[in-house]
Amino acid sequence: MRSPESWGRYPRVEQTTHPLVWRTDALPSLSGKMLPHGLGRSYGDSCLNAGGTLLLTSGLDRFIAFDPATGVVRCEAGVTLDMILRLAVPRGWFLPVTPGTKYVTVGGAIANDVHGKNHHRGGTFGRYVRRFELVRSDGSRRVCAPDEHADWYGATIGGLGLTGLVTWAEVQLKPIHNPFVLQETVPFENLDAFLKVARESEADHEFTMAWVDCLARGKKVGRGLLYRGNFAPPQFDRLPLAKSHLSHGIGLAVPMDMPSFCLNRLSVSAFNWLYYHRQNGKPQQRLTHYDPFFYPLDAIYGWNRIYGSRGFLQFQCVVPYATARDALKEILERSSRGGLPSFLSVLKTFGDVPSPGWMSFPRQGVTLAMDFANRGEKTYQLVEDLDRLTREAGGAVYPAKDARMSAESFAAYFPRRAEFAGYVDPAFSSSFWRRMNPVSLPFSLEAERGAGAPQPQSVLALR
Amino acid sequence: MKKVLVLGATSAIAQATVRLLAARGASLYLVGRNAENLEAVARDAATRGAAKVDSQAVDLNTFDAHEALVDGAFQSLGGLDGVVLAHGVLGDQAEAQRSWEATEAVLRTNFLSAVSLLTVLANRFEAQKAGTLVVISSVAGDRGRQSNYVYGASKGALNVFLQGLRNRLAKSNVAVVTVKPGFVDTPMTAHLPKNKLFASPDKVARGLLRAADGRKNEVYVPGIWALIMLIIRSIPESVFKKLKL
Repeated sequence: MRSPESWGRYPRVEQTTHPLVWRTDALPSLSGKMLPHGLGRSYGDSCLNAGGTLLLTSGLDRFIAFDPATGVVRCEAGVTLDMILRLAVPRGWFLPVTPGTKYVTVGGAIANDVHGKNHHRGGTFGRYVRRFELVRSDGSRRVCAPDEHADWYGATIGGLGLTGLVTWAEVQLKPIHNPFVLQETVPFENLDAFLKVARESEADHEFTMAWVDCLARGKKVGRGLLYRGNFAPPQFDRLPLAKSHLSHGIGLAVPMDMPSFCLNRLSVSAFNWLYYHRQNGKPQQRLTHYDPFFYPLDAIYGWNRIYGSRGFLQFQCVVPYATARDALKEILERSSRGGLPSFLSVLKTFGDVPSPGWMSFPRQGVTLAMDFANRGEKTYQLVEDLDRLTREAGGAVYPAKDARMSAESFAAYFPRRAEFAGYVDPAFSSSFWRRMNPVSLPFSLEAERGAGAPQPQSVLALR
Repeated sequence: MKKVLVLGATSAIAQATVRLLAARGASLYLVGRNAENLEAVARDAATRGAAKVDSQAVDLNTFDAHEALVDGAFQSLGGLDGVVLAHGVLGDQAEAQRSWEATEAVLRTNFLSAVSLLTVLANRFEAQKAGTLVVISSVAGDRGRQSNYVYGASKGALNVFLQGLRNRLAKSNVAVVTVKPGFVDTPMTAHLPKNKLFASPDKVARGLLRAADGRKNEVYVPGIWALIMLIIRSIPESVFKKLKL
């Protein structure tokens, strides 16, 4: 069997797999380290375990209970958000928080404490996880909730699968009248305009997110389109569903790895220009089904293959409002100088809604996500520079999308790292976790070196 | 099939079938060996929309219990109009060659227990002059090969039994559907290297229900196996016996 890949297909590692079948089964006893692995939608190495074993959770895909009166769903950790939507939407319930793909498991959504277009109001996925069962390699089983084993609850939400195996979870869904979203698109000319229109939109819109043109330079740096919307009110209840809405992504597929010459500065540039100018510079309003609104890329099955077999690197950071304008400008400029620009770049504001997860990534400020085709050392250097710029701005980088952040940055981004480390299961690890905890760099020593210390050489960052 | 007895409900193909039946709003009586696992499948089916789900944990190799088991299913669902017989073991060919006990265990589970259950069920369905009996067999029953002929023999014998049963029950409006999956990606085959011929349990379950709805006789799922087995069956025995299959 081919070794599982992460969504960015970088790095490539060798590991063994162990499929899980029943939630009541004991964990396997293995010589190496293990790591739960759902659908592998994390982009970098947080869902990989070089030299160890991946516990494949896709066989834990059973529902346990769903109460259409309260919207509480209990299911095994390998159940996907897609499966929950199929069950819940016809009964008037929706996910309280959803990332940009519905092809992630509940276990993965907890492990990465995922966020979505409603972060400014709703916070992260972890806030809606009422309880879950955590199985440890010592054979213990704990039901964790805000008022029951609260420490394990806090460590596991955003805990990157390292605290043990989540076998099942209970999630509070959110009521909707119908599956439609009233969406508005607002063009903005630069970063300042984005910040203004994004903050204004937060008051009246549950969902906001912006696409940014990464090729724009000078005064136009940060121009793009802001999408904002709300679930449609009851008067749209009886609207017929278009057939395409029900296909659930069985549409286009990328049938093979695209050769790398398909993506070049010219094609990315043309795409971005067309995308921006499609709008004619005016706001547009329309009614759409939730599927294309929340999951536009799910319609293209295996879209990561457009980057070819070398894959790509994602980068997502959040920077506080105080430094956002300058830091984002610098990050966007650095990335547009980096050779191949980002194909799809996304800006979004995060609110101050706290997460129960100790290691949760989202925090108040502005988040920017970009992807870069893997062109080797040049790309690594670029992403490492972006990591450094983020750190200097007092921000944080998202582990689920990272393959290059430094161990020192990680410690700066996640102040509860040391406390969390005490909850990591001794038989669990990941390529990411080892990269963040290189044996040759004791953290006591690193703390003394302070924030101004030089970046560790890339040899430390090897998996 | 609205009121369905599923035998071996914790097997991967049966679980996938149960999900599809549950989504259609069928009533289900689930039978499996492990009570905890059976409970997991039952709650999944109930959550996905089954009109009713009842279950019983029992080892189907206990033939004496079959009559009571079928009674229980009829009573619980207020009658039955469908059966999916899905229990079975792959066995270990090398072990079976060394030991009669291992061979007998495969034959008991795959052939004898199925025959015992079908004897009871066929009489009930014949009397009510309605119903669909769906039995999961295997392409391995089409021709004996050195790599798994004990398993193959258990399924081949089952196929012949089902042919006779179909012939007998045709006049009573009872459909007997023999489903022959090829390679399926399940815990039963977790140890085998996978190739493009492996189908998902979900795909097999869809093929199974299509065949049941159409009251088909013998079906290969996925359909490509009809062609593959046609070729395999047409190789002359004088040649076949020298092949490494």
